[in-house]
Amino acid sequence: MTRQILSPLPGTFYRRPSPDKPVFKEVGDVVAVGDVIGLIEVMKSFIEVQADQAGTLTAFFAEDEEPVMAGQPLAELA
Amino acid sequence: MAITKLLVANRGEIAVRIIRAARELGLKTVQVHSAADTESLAVRMADEAALIGPPMASKSYLNIANILKAAADTGADAVHPGYGFLAENADFADAVESAGLVWIGPSGDAIRVMGDKVAARVAAEAAGVPVVPGSVGRIDDPDRARAVALSIGFPVMIKAAAGGGGRGIRIAHDMDEFDRLMPQASAEAKSAFGDGGLYLEKVIERARHIEVQILGDGTRAIHLFERECSLQRRRQKVWEEAPSAHLPQPMREKLCASAVALAEAVGYRGAGTLEYLYDDATEHFYFIEMNTRIQVEHPVTEMITGVDLVREMIRVCAGEPLRYRQEDIRLSGHAIEVRICAEDPAKNFQPGPGTVTDLTVPGGGGVRFDTMLYPGYQVPPFYDSLLGKLIVWDENRAAAITRMGRALQELHVGGLPTTRALHQLLACDPDVQSGDFHTRWLEPWLERNAHRLGTEETTE
Repeated sequence: MTRQILSPLPGTFYRRPSPDKPVFKEVGDVVAVGDVIGLIEVMKSFIEVQADQAGTLTAFFAEDEEPVMAGQPLAELA
Repeated sequence: MAITKLLVANRGEIAVRIIRAARELGLKTVQVHSAADTESLAVRMADEAALIGPPMASKSYLNIANILKAAADTGADAVHPGYGFLAENADFADAVESAGLVWIGPSGDAIRVMGDKVAARVAAEAAGVPVVPGSVGRIDDPDRARAVALSIGFPVMIKAAAGGGGRGIRIAHDMDEFDRLMPQASAEAKSAFGDGGLYLEKVIERARHIEVQILGDGTRAIHLFERECSLQRRRQKVWEEAPSAHLPQPMREKLCASAVALAEAVGYRGAGTLEYLYDDATEHFYFIEMNTRIQVEHPVTEMITGVDLVREMIRVCAGEPLRYRQEDIRLSGHAIEVRICAEDPAKNFQPGPGTVTDLTVPGGGGVRFDTMLYPGYQVPPFYDSLLGKLIVWDENRAAAITRMGRALQELHVGGLPTTRALHQLLACDPDVQSGDFHTRWLEPWLERNAHRLGTEETTE
């Protein structure tokens, strides 16, 4: 069964904590509940996107620095 | 005027404000915008619009090449940067002038001197303006930094030379904390501002934030009295007024004279603000920094002096001499501005972009609402949360606070959380009413009053 991690808010999606740092998670990584998989920048505030279920990341649907809508799928877990 | 078509290199309420001033001066306007701002009020109002990139600010409002291309394509002959974005970017100022355009602001070199917090301190001291006790210039050697911290006395503020807007500041209460924070502060300054330079300042424990508005034409400068912005959250101003709630007249005169001396010493052109800390107990004031642009809270100064600051900065930067002598500037009554932001004060000020379903703008005597909202406008999530500034004027401070309460009651922004409820509570607070506050007053107050900070959606 595949499950998706959705964006909690509209804004800009970041896969890394800052431009010169590695990504939070890669496809293939195992994630636990509460693991940070990215950030959403909304009105100059940064909100963490956390995995709400455990699993293995199989895909990202949004690129680093891509504008996203609230509820938009960001990543997929298997 | 020496210019005919002004390009507005900003967005939101300040872009609307600049378009209005330009129009009153008989100028055509070009509004540059990102893909997220195609339906913005400024784009609708301007004579022409030009797309300069995708939503992300670094690719649009901070993209110098795209903005200059828009100026060339539309035949604009001047650029107004507003506040934030590129307003205090000396390289942008130089690039605008190199392209043969008029820059509505001080020269790139003046921005470099006054925008670098360390150089500004040195310039202030040279002009005889008192500064907060601290390091003489940048401090990179750890041993010297420790010695300076000891001589200033803890707590000590570690600030980024290239910082601003409250960013890049850390406070150390003892030497252990100082040793831990210095490397962090340097690394953060390097990544945030591209410059790891630091300096040290004494923490003034209970100070008012008082700032002096100045206007200069490159040779002569005047002041337009002071504003007080002591009510701050996370070093962001929340409630601003003019004149200060409590400043003895002799102190006002000294403070304003010092600002004019400093502005003239650096040959300042345009509108600028010198920020000070004022210690009620000792009646000392200390220069902290200069902002080389129009500020968010400029309307309160306009309300007490009757001078249109945005029009005047365009005039002097287009080459006209300053139209006012110091004695022409009279202080009348009292003005207050509150920032209406798309944030929910009941949920720790979480931002809430969305669509404005309906809008009621307060009216009546002495009330002004500077905004980019209209019913149906979709507030994008990519920029800051400021929706509008509610400004009131009345004949004295008590009357102005009463009028602010009345205007806030009329204001309604449907569809979004706003900070209106916060300002309603502040307007009723005894300490606010008596002006008995300082820069660290608001944050503990917010903790104590968190339960009373419902949003429009929960109270109506």
